[in-house]
Amino acid sequence: MAVEHPLATPTGDQSRIHDIGYRGYDGPRLGRSYARRSLYSQSLRGAYGLGRSVKSKVLPMLLFAVMCVPAAIMVAVAVVTKAHELPVSYTRYAIVTQAVISLYVASQAPQAVSRDLRFKTVPLYFSRPIETADYVRAKFAALASALFILTGAPLLVMYVGALLSKMDFAHQTKEFAQGLVSVALLSLLFAGIGLVIAAFTPRRGFGIAAVIAVLTISYGAVSTLQAIADTQGSGSAVPWIGLFSPITLIDGVQSAFLGGSSAYPGGTGPSAGQGVVHVLFVLGLIAACYGLLVRRYRKVGL
Amino acid sequence: MIATESLSKRFPRVTALDRLSVDIGPGVTGLVGANGAGKSTLIKILLGLSPATEGRAEVLGLDVAAKGAAIRERVGYMPEHDCLPPDVSATEFVVHMARMSGLPPAAARERTADTLRHVGLYEERYRPIGGYSTGMKQRVKLAQALVHDPQLVFLDEPTNGLDPVGRDEMLGLIRRIHSDFGISVLVTSHLLGELERTCDHVVVIDGGKLLRSSSTTDFTQTTTTLAIEVTDSDAHPDGTRALREALHARGVDTRAEAGGLPGAGHILLLTATGEETYDLVRDVVADLGLGLVRMEQRRHHISEVFTTSDEQRKEAVGHGG
Repeated sequence: MAVEHPLATPTGDQSRIHDIGYRGYDGPRLGRSYARRSLYSQSLRGAYGLGRSVKSKVLPMLLFAVMCVPAAIMVAVAVVTKAHELPVSYTRYAIVTQAVISLYVASQAPQAVSRDLRFKTVPLYFSRPIETADYVRAKFAALASALFILTGAPLLVMYVGALLSKMDFAHQTKEFAQGLVSVALLSLLFAGIGLVIAAFTPRRGFGIAAVIAVLTISYGAVSTLQAIADTQGSGSAVPWIGLFSPITLIDGVQSAFLGGSSAYPGGTGPSAGQGVVHVLFVLGLIAACYGLLVRRYRKVGL
Repeated sequence: MIATESLSKRFPRVTALDRLSVDIGPGVTGLVGANGAGKSTLIKILLGLSPATEGRAEVLGLDVAAKGAAIRERVGYMPEHDCLPPDVSATEFVVHMARMSGLPPAAARERTADTLRHVGLYEERYRPIGGYSTGMKQRVKLAQALVHDPQLVFLDEPTNGLDPVGRDEMLGLIRRIHSDFGISVLVTSHLLGELERTCDHVVVIDGGKLLRSSSTTDFTQTTTTLAIEVTDSDAHPDGTRALREALHARGVDTRAEAGGLPGAGHILLLTATGEETYDLVRDVVADLGLGLVRMEQRRHHISEVFTTSDEQRKEAVGHGG
């Protein structure tokens, strides 16, 4: 695009700097879907601090390491002891490390949306070709992808380790795939919940606190209720109670359909029928989060 | 460039725009109005972001209700408020905004470098925006509105918060956006004076209604007050008085400058109605054999337009009919 202006310099006078003046742009304009993809990749990179200050890289990278290191240790132990199974199954891993995942959502969801609200950058987006829904979709997809990387990477470490220690290929592959489906659902759900909370709190600090509160309090309350129900002999209520916190919801889905062993007290996961309700609940929640975000940004607009 | 036809926007409690019909051509156009006059609402509607309650509007020949995305691809917008994240550099930010306008990555970087240079940001563009002065931030805001080489930019109060020097620089830059870059400008302000110097055309709205729309030259012709000061001579020991009487004899009323400034009594104010007033003053002063010390235009503020607006509206209707 730099070819159109003729050289105004007479030859022999190369040392002078010429103001070449304003040059227009008549190259391609790639429109909405390209802008949405650009926003997605920028947000995804931002979720790991890439393209941001060194300070903002520390936490996401640290959490990523915290997620992967236990998986690597497990693999090392399994290889040395020549075990035939990994000590923790693929589907259980995210449940065990849920505190790390919650912390990640709490730190990165506000980063993804509260900044734009707080510094009022949102109007600049909406004065461009993209629409409200494009913005929400790009941000949602970016945070969900970031979470999927966070939760999927340790599973990959485990899978590669399992294959290296010559565990049964077909069995491992099936469980790995089930684990990936489970963390994909978890990523979407956590991203949705985190973004909705963050989008209503322009102050980043409040956003972080609110996300942690919602995720841990709901889990604490639900697992306490489940334990009480179990010891009171009404074990059948346990799966229904599990509907009310994100992590137990995912637990329910995977123990019903994805070959996971339930972390519910009593070890009994939901039946197939209850499992369907769990799945519908997860999908409903994801859709509701999306809807709420779109509504929120319609209002913020310009 | 922009055409609206009885455009109205009503909110539950207020009417932001009231049957506004205005036609804006290429060039630099000032949109003047007090706070809450409906300037920002108009821009929102023109960007296709907020539906009008009634009436229609076109930007670059595209209907705002149906072609919002196409308009926004060709139009730039600089908001009134702060809109910059403090923790990224101007370059990173503007590149990102260029891509959001649909420019491919390489073009986005090239255009960003060019645009930042044109608005006057050099080495500091690699530093985080948080450390910039207000003037530099305004330049970054302007750069993000121009980076995709739009055909038209909306600048909402671009001189807000700037000191007099920064204000002049910003006004000069706005002028260049049209003269050098070939981009038409719609700039809002609540100060008529600064727009008079910058704009080809001024639209005044108040309470969502069109008060006045005319080219800047018309504007100054009909509203300019001339200040005149003359010397005394032997024949006329009080030159000012002699001039006042001579002008009065020719049917031109003058008044003394208000205020107790030194020398105020020696300055005559009169309303210029066109070129002929200047000629008349020149001839009268020459006939009396006085020295003309000064003949200058006094700038008006928006408030004066409002106080004389009724009169002018009648006049405008008269001209229109």
